[in-house]
Amino acid sequence: MKKLINAPDAVVHDALRGVEAAHGDRVRVSYEPYLIVRNDAPVQGKVGLISGGGSGHEPMHGGFVGMGMLDAACPGEVFTSPTPDQMAEATKAVNGGAGVLHIVKNYTGDVMNFDMAADLGKAEGIEVESVVTNDDVAVEDSLYTAGRRGVGVTVLLEKICGGAAEDGRSLQEVAELARRVNANGRSMGMALTPCITPGSGEPSFELADDEVEIGIGIHGEPGRFREKAGTAAQVSERLMTPIVEDLPFSSGDRVLAFINGMGGTPLIELYIVYAEVAKLAADAGLTIERNLIGNYITSLEMQGCSITLLKLDDEMVRYWDAPVNTPGLRWGV
Amino acid sequence: MRLFAAEMGEHRQELVRLDTAIGDADHGTNMDRGMRKALEKLDGAEQADAGAVLKTVAMALISSVGGAAGPLYGTLFLQMGGSLAGQAEVDLAGWAAAWRKGLEGVQARGKAQLEDKTMVDALTPAVEALEQASDLDEGLRAAAKAAHDGMQATIPLVARKGRASYLGERSKDHQDPGATSTYYLFQSAVDALAD
Repeated sequence: MKKLINAPDAVVHDALRGVEAAHGDRVRVSYEPYLIVRNDAPVQGKVGLISGGGSGHEPMHGGFVGMGMLDAACPGEVFTSPTPDQMAEATKAVNGGAGVLHIVKNYTGDVMNFDMAADLGKAEGIEVESVVTNDDVAVEDSLYTAGRRGVGVTVLLEKICGGAAEDGRSLQEVAELARRVNANGRSMGMALTPCITPGSGEPSFELADDEVEIGIGIHGEPGRFREKAGTAAQVSERLMTPIVEDLPFSSGDRVLAFINGMGGTPLIELYIVYAEVAKLAADAGLTIERNLIGNYITSLEMQGCSITLLKLDDEMVRYWDAPVNTPGLRWGV
Repeated sequence: MRLFAAEMGEHRQELVRLDTAIGDADHGTNMDRGMRKALEKLDGAEQADAGAVLKTVAMALISSVGGAAGPLYGTLFLQMGGSLAGQAEVDLAGWAAAWRKGLEGVQARGKAQLEDKTMVDALTPAVEALEQASDLDEGLRAAAKAAHDGMQATIPLVARKGRASYLGERSKDHQDPGATSTYYLFQSAVDALAD
């Protein structure tokens, strides 16, 4: 295994040093515990938004800290949930008196650690609401599993709810909007290659040269099935069909289409996928009103992509378009 | 605790390998990091009694492990520590009651039942063996054996909790990493008593 690291145990720490050096104009970095916090936090009277999760998915979440999106992010070790004391520190750091929203992706560790953190925050007298994202349609049987994973919708939710918080909306309103975004978004991913965590140095799973995994998770968790690698058109159809059928999205719906790279796939291929998705959406009678294409919720060096569709309403569009100034997303400023 | 920390260091790669098969390849690394931190804390301050030791370890794990193992092992030791608060010398009944409290805490936090293919599958039979024993030495040995059997019994199971549950049927024929580290915990207790 070759990686651009100094030592496997120092990966998160060293990456945070880079974030601090590069983006000190917008964020401050803490190392004990690990936190990335908006420079001007706490913003008085504004609902604070925090999220967190294992590292290895950059730019999520640390790259989304800044005006118009998150107030703080709690990075865990690679693919490992952060700890309750990190989240409790973040909650205190961003509480401007209007309460704090915890944005949690549905993974066993993340949910348990954020549960403990919400208890700690409430014990300090801070109003805390939690929203769990679970948009991955690849997990079919939620009754006998840990439930659907939180993936692409998380990025869209952080942007839209960040816009609402900046607009002065209350904690209840922002939490309700967050739940609505999650309820109207669906995603599915696929992998061409596995990823290699710095700690193990081994591929997360085996995949033959001519095979793809359909329904992959962002930590290399297996998906629905494996098959021979097809064209971008075939793969896009494989992902779009279960997404569209699940909500279901129906003719006349306005959507945001998000084509996300897993980290190792070049942008040129993501645009090929987008062309196919645009065609499939048009065939289904969906109007793509907004789009996002690029590497936003990655899985280290994995090659592959995920597709997210979000059924839009006017409020979501307004807050999607609102100004944002973070290292990972920036417009309108 | 020192022996458990040593076991986690020694078996770090084995746990990572088990976790790579059905999870996310971090269990060994995380437990090793957490127990190192716990030893630092134990070395840093005099511990009044068994309850205090367990609480110190719990807080170290909760604040340094992350993942699912942090809250689960943290809750286990926190509940045990609460049960043993103020007790310098702990007898069989005291340990059995503490482990029962710990098991209840783990299940409340993780919502896992028997045969979900988790640490509960090793922990439950071990606690029961301890409760049925007549002396501590024999009880811990029986508990370690029961944890070992419970750990091996996870191999054919389909995971219903945690990250392995996404595999469905494909989680069969793999030993659960959490049940494995729980077995090492009981084996460490046997070794500690023998020293």
